[in-house]
Amino acid sequence: MHATLKPEASTSSADPVLRVDNLKAYYQMNYFGVSREVRAVDDITLTIRRNEIYGIAGESSSGKSSLIKTIAGAIRPPLRVVSGSVRFDFDGRTLDVYNDPEAMKAARWRHLSYVMQGSMNVLNPVRRVKHAFHDFAFRHMGLSPSAFRARVEAHLERIGLDPQVLESYPHQLSGGMRQRLAIGLATVCEPEFIIADEPTTALDVLVQQDVLALIKDVQMRLGSSIIFVTHDMTVHAAIADRIGIIYAGRLVEEGPSQAMFEQPQHPYTAHLIASLPRIGDTTRRVSLPGKPPNLADPPSGCRFHPRCPLAIAKCETESPPLVPRGEGRVACWRAGEVAAA
Amino acid sequence: MSALLQLDHVGRSYPVGGFFARRQLQAVKDLSFTLNADRPEIFTIVGESGSGKTTTARMILGNEVPTSGVIRFLGQDVAAIRSRKDRLAFMAKVQPIFQNPFEAFNPLTTLDFYLYSTARRFLGLRTRAEIEAAADKALQHVGLSLVEVRGRYSHELSGGQLQRIAVARALIPSPKLIVADEPVSMVDASLRMSIVNLFRTLRDDLGVTIIYITHDLSTAYYISDRVIIMHKGDVIEAGDARAVLGNPSEDYSRALRNAVLPPDPVAARRIIEARLERRRAALTEAGT
Amino acid sequence: MFSILRDLLRFNVEFLIGFLLTGTIFLFAAAHFFAPYPDTAIYLLPPDMPPSAEFWLGTTSRGQDVFWQISGAIWNTMTFGLTVMILSRIVALAVGMVSGYLGGKADEVLMTINDTLIALPNIPILLLVYFVMRDQMTWPLLALTAALLGWNYDARLIRSVTLSLRNREFTRHAVFAGMSVPQVLIRQHLPYVMPVVFFTAMNNLIWAIGLEVTLSVLGFSDVNRPTVGGMIYWANQHQAAVSGIWWWLVFPIVAVVLLFLGLFLLAISINEYIDPRSRLSRMGG
Repeated sequence: MHATLKPEASTSSADPVLRVDNLKAYYQMNYFGVSREVRAVDDITLTIRRNEIYGIAGESSSGKSSLIKTIAGAIRPPLRVVSGSVRFDFDGRTLDVYNDPEAMKAARWRHLSYVMQGSMNVLNPVRRVKHAFHDFAFRHMGLSPSAFRARVEAHLERIGLDPQVLESYPHQLSGGMRQRLAIGLATVCEPEFIIADEPTTALDVLVQQDVLALIKDVQMRLGSSIIFVTHDMTVHAAIADRIGIIYAGRLVEEGPSQAMFEQPQHPYTAHLIASLPRIGDTTRRVSLPGKPPNLADPPSGCRFHPRCPLAIAKCETESPPLVPRGEGRVACWRAGEVAAA
Repeated sequence: MSALLQLDHVGRSYPVGGFFARRQLQAVKDLSFTLNADRPEIFTIVGESGSGKTTTARMILGNEVPTSGVIRFLGQDVAAIRSRKDRLAFMAKVQPIFQNPFEAFNPLTTLDFYLYSTARRFLGLRTRAEIEAAADKALQHVGLSLVEVRGRYSHELSGGQLQRIAVARALIPSPKLIVADEPVSMVDASLRMSIVNLFRTLRDDLGVTIIYITHDLSTAYYISDRVIIMHKGDVIEAGDARAVLGNPSEDYSRALRNAVLPPDPVAARRIIEARLERRRAALTEAGT
Repeated sequence: MFSILRDLLRFNVEFLIGFLLTGTIFLFAAAHFFAPYPDTAIYLLPPDMPPSAEFWLGTTSRGQDVFWQISGAIWNTMTFGLTVMILSRIVALAVGMVSGYLGGKADEVLMTINDTLIALPNIPILLLVYFVMRDQMTWPLLALTAALLGWNYDARLIRSVTLSLRNREFTRHAVFAGMSVPQVLIRQHLPYVMPVVFFTAMNNLIWAIGLEVTLSVLGFSDVNRPTVGGMIYWANQHQAAVSGIWWWLVFPIVAVVLLFLGLFLLAISINEYIDPRSRLSRMGG
């Protein structure tokens, strides 16, 4: 059969599919009398447009995984939403993740799906792959079993997998194939929103590129929005339309990827990009001094100030707000001076 | 010229499969290279998962025995080192850096214990002051000091700091060779280059030869002197790092080289789009 | 140590209940040192008296005070159980850790012994020992025999934990840091094995007490020394259940059930506390 490609929807469309407003989600723990509060998601506001890939970059324990868990409504104690809202807009209907659990349940997989790092976590190792498709997607599609099967097979063919894989067990497939299957599983219902959490991190370089191309392909065909989380800035360069940089639970910079790589506004972003080694260039790269902040006891003022080469007295006491600048937003008192430094 | 480490047609196979369909998996096939004792260098082994690079590291460290060929360290067959005394003498000259610093330090043991133990065993130091001085000296090499480390547990420090402590610990016996297996893959991007740069300092200032094992061609290009590219146990290409990685001649190494995404949205996007076109063309062809 | 106990009592209901139960029973058992009658004396009191103000839990058909009998019996039974537990833990730890860490020939030999012991049935062996020893059968000898039979499953469990620890990077790191085998085992691995030891210790204690009760009920122990099982043995000998002397049977059984419950609650709450993951989260605080 012919692979039919939907005409690409206009990327300039500004209507948001996801609005996150002043979201705060904290880990509140109490172990035998020691109570701790970890501000993993600290006052984050962002919107994701239809038909865009939004990359979220941040280091380990910067709060990026907590953020997407909170967005997906998949949090469990000790992580709790303290304030703020997460609202999706599916089919013209607004869905408030933390006020409408029933509608959220119905929207899962049909409108909102996930691709995770360990594809083995989605695929049950002792059941054939076809059961995974049945479990996740069947009740959302409203099709007869045979029509469902035909639809799944057509979908797999489109993403370059032999429908025969439906009869295999996960361990019979390579890592790349499993990750492709996980993507197939997440996109078979043609959802409007896909959350991809480090989907290429565990893959070998050759396979990684393939999977990225697949994600891009599916996204273009379905016109869905993807929130793509990875710590690897080169992956963001390759796939994200816009990038949000998370540092210590806060969004410190956001903007179109092209502009961000050309002229980062936040010193942290500037460092992340400048420290990337590239083949053909052996000029010395440096690392940031200091250690990543402890979210249970973050630095005062701007959380980046202890490691920042541009820090001034104000940075130690006052936390900079996230304000529009150029094509994006940035939270830094010395945002204009980064390129000069 | 004397050889520090010499791998002579080294192979390693594992039996795999069930009871009836038993066959041998060749993890490493006929691997040969020599590191020169007089000229410290950063020797990089590049490969994907299943290429045999970690097996190679384990064999060099004596944690695994080659099924064919010989590994000689300063002329001595590594596989023949059996007694505890000989092992200790060997470990004083060859030290490892592990992939995951959070895994390499026991979370229930203080970090300084690793340093003290190394100093006591390999340097034969007895008094507390001597041991602490040795630990502090090693930590100075990696830009830390004993005050920052004493009494700390691994979860109190970042991955980058832990990996630096791991390097410091490995330096205590003044080793000739450090085998670092994916030392930065678990370290945050903002701290990664501090480790990579450190290897350069070790080579230049302390004369330590480093075997750097990685899947990341960009850092390999950045610090290596020589490189070998492994694929499914075979050496695909070997030679000067800048030449091999900058301009690979074999199909596999070229593919690997081209799969490295540049940190530049325009170029990176072009790579993905080219791949996308190929995919679509292949699908259209399959459909007709 | 004291603060750990305080935290556990304050924040863990299971531990609180278990602690109170076990503590009360322990105090009750310790009280037998102040008993007004020697615990092996018989026909000292009027027999078959129901519970009353004078004899709180009644008296037996052998003219003993049930209250003081249970007090002594629980003490002896607990001593037996603890002895078995400690001895068998030592064997299980040594065998399991050495076998798991060294591997190879040592592992093969130790595990062959282990599996052979698993295959042997416990009760018949204990009976055999009893019939061989007859009058020389004392409780320490019985405890030793039980301990030698009670370590093998747990040694396998400990071995499997050590086996997985052996391949962890921190073990290889410790070896390259020059640590000796005892150092690796005690400093690096023991903290991970301790939860297993603790949990199996409680299970083992319960098993040992159960074993002692079983053997005594059947009369295959030193029945003149008061134990929980021994009491039930004598109650059966005097057909207490048929002749309506219920207090001779019910109270020892209630006491041993409460002891089991208390130990079980202690086991699960201590285990939760020493779980390395939750301990680490606390250390982070």
